[in-house]
Amino acid sequence: MKKLGMRHDALAGLAAALLASACVSTVAMSEPFGFGTTPTDQEIAAINIDVMPDGRGYPPGSGSVAQGEKVYADKCAACHGADMTESVKGSGADTLIGGRGSIGTEKTKKTVESYWPYASTLFDYVKRAMPFNEPGSLTNDEVYAVSAYILNKAKIIDANATMNAETMSKVEMPNKDGFIPDPRPDIHNYR
Amino acid sequence: MTKEENSGLHYPDISNLDLPDNVRDQFDAMREAEQRSLLARKAELEACECREGMFPNVVASRRSFFAGAAAAAAAGTLPVIARAAAPPGAKEFDVPADPTKVQGRLTNDDGGYGSRSQFEKEVRWRFPTATKESSWTMTPLENSQGIITPSGLHFERHHGGIPTISPESHTLIVHGMCEKPKKYTIADLKRFPSVSRMHFIECSGNGLTEYRAPYLKTVQGTHGLTSTSEWTGVPLSTILAEVGVQPGAAWILAEGADAAVMTRSVPIDKAWSDALLAYGQNGEAIRPEQGYPLRLLLPGFEGNTHIKWLRRLEISDKPFMTREETSKYTDVVKDGKARQFTFTMEAKSVITFPSGEMKLPGPGFYEITGLAWSGRGCVKDAEVTTDGGKTWHYASLQTPILPICHTRFRFPWYWDGKPALIASRCSDETGYVQPTIAELNAVRGVNGHPKFASIYHLNGIMAWEVAADGTVTNGAHKV
Repeated sequence: MKKLGMRHDALAGLAAALLASACVSTVAMSEPFGFGTTPTDQEIAAINIDVMPDGRGYPPGSGSVAQGEKVYADKCAACHGADMTESVKGSGADTLIGGRGSIGTEKTKKTVESYWPYASTLFDYVKRAMPFNEPGSLTNDEVYAVSAYILNKAKIIDANATMNAETMSKVEMPNKDGFIPDPRPDIHNYR
Repeated sequence: MTKEENSGLHYPDISNLDLPDNVRDQFDAMREAEQRSLLARKAELEACECREGMFPNVVASRRSFFAGAAAAAAAGTLPVIARAAAPPGAKEFDVPADPTKVQGRLTNDDGGYGSRSQFEKEVRWRFPTATKESSWTMTPLENSQGIITPSGLHFERHHGGIPTISPESHTLIVHGMCEKPKKYTIADLKRFPSVSRMHFIECSGNGLTEYRAPYLKTVQGTHGLTSTSEWTGVPLSTILAEVGVQPGAAWILAEGADAAVMTRSVPIDKAWSDALLAYGQNGEAIRPEQGYPLRLLLPGFEGNTHIKWLRRLEISDKPFMTREETSKYTDVVKDGKARQFTFTMEAKSVITFPSGEMKLPGPGFYEITGLAWSGRGCVKDAEVTTDGGKTWHYASLQTPILPICHTRFRFPWYWDGKPALIASRCSDETGYVQPTIAELNAVRGVNGHPKFASIYHLNGIMAWEVAADGTVTNGAHKV
């Protein structure tokens, strides 16, 4: 009898342990694991560099078309070409201006002027990845200035314009309505 | 005659094809890369007597050369001679005349990390873009076995080179529309419950040279921008639950720590479903070219969205409209509008053996084999034709058949020695059947605007022509 009792106790103990572990595991799954740390505002700000079409994310600063002309000559022209209409052969750079209205025609030419739907993309990309040989090295003022210069050469803003967070977010690009959502599957031979 | 023409490496004349300059440049570059690879192979072939056979390579000549040299050295007639460098990923060792008569190499003498055989030479080759930082490489599918791509042969696409990042200092910051922004070290992420899943990643530019007409010669050139690995990591949904996503959140910006600071916007539904923060690849840490120490994996989505060297996730209500989702990776279709956020890679298959630049030695039995895959789930079936599409036959599918993963198919074929046109097509679990290239072009625009075919998202049927002498060439558009 004693032996049986012990076995009964052992089984009860095991059942209790199983129940407890089941409960613990259920609680754990519904609560945060809590790993990681809380980043400081400074840590987030240091890498939160993206800019959105509605103007969110533009940093403080400004730059004029005239200032941008100098930045462009110093940092960009070697690959994108002096007048932007043709990138330098062998540089791998994209052509920046020209081709407006050509998309979908026999003379399609994709450039910032003809194809890019948002000015924010220009600012964002130049700030994060340009110039190619020294990525991320431009100051915010320089990025505003060179964006202004490119947009002016693309006949989108005036030559006397100065660009900042407010003016950049108001720029309307020629091809802003040129994009449609993915309609696929576009072949319907289902079986 | 150019060197290429002189060598018999003829490419279709595309001077009359209406192509924009940048697309023509891409075609030219691809041709140059493939030519370089084929010329190197051809030079090796001409130096030996092993030109016939399905797998023309130089194994036989190297083996006999080394065997002869080793025997001579053993007999004391020759000093140990300088040897050619081993292929990438291999080390060169002396080849004994009879491996049963001498002891082999010492155990663990490789330092504890193995290498492949010195006789195996498959390598990725690079698309000759203007810079080596912004470029891509193709997986050699023609000799691929099974469904896993060796990590060292996984295709690559880099926009600012391959960064060297210490896992000790790398962090992932998750912020934006959430209750509790978080910063994770790699060690932190490895504490979360993990999962392993096998998935292909395919670049949406895979096949771009074949939209208009047959162009490149090998399956590495026409289809080498797809690879499969086993990926291990933390489900992104776990992390989203940790940070507490706010109502109204709809998109997440994923950002890499490379020189391009690569960014793509990801729909939050995808992030909640099967997205993975991957730190493992094929049983070890993810390779540097694939995003070490952390990569976003979005099963079935175009390769560019699988952000490598992941450093930041920003939760938002709107897409960010980054360069790679506006000016790139968008398809201008025939009404002049460009399709955007074309994420899912649709059902696709290709025969990898026999394929371009191979030569069947004569009539007889051959096992046709290839790969099928779909970004929408499991491959349901794969069919093979050997008569140019008049009749199709189900191929056998090698298990496991996994969702959003390469699936190997095989089909036994008795070749009668007459010209044959072989091709494969697959369907996936949604019932979608891989279309012909002509069907895609009819919808997307080659007919509407002859000069401007799509560049991305080609999943049409690929065919190979087998000539009476056994030579295999690109037969795209012929089925």
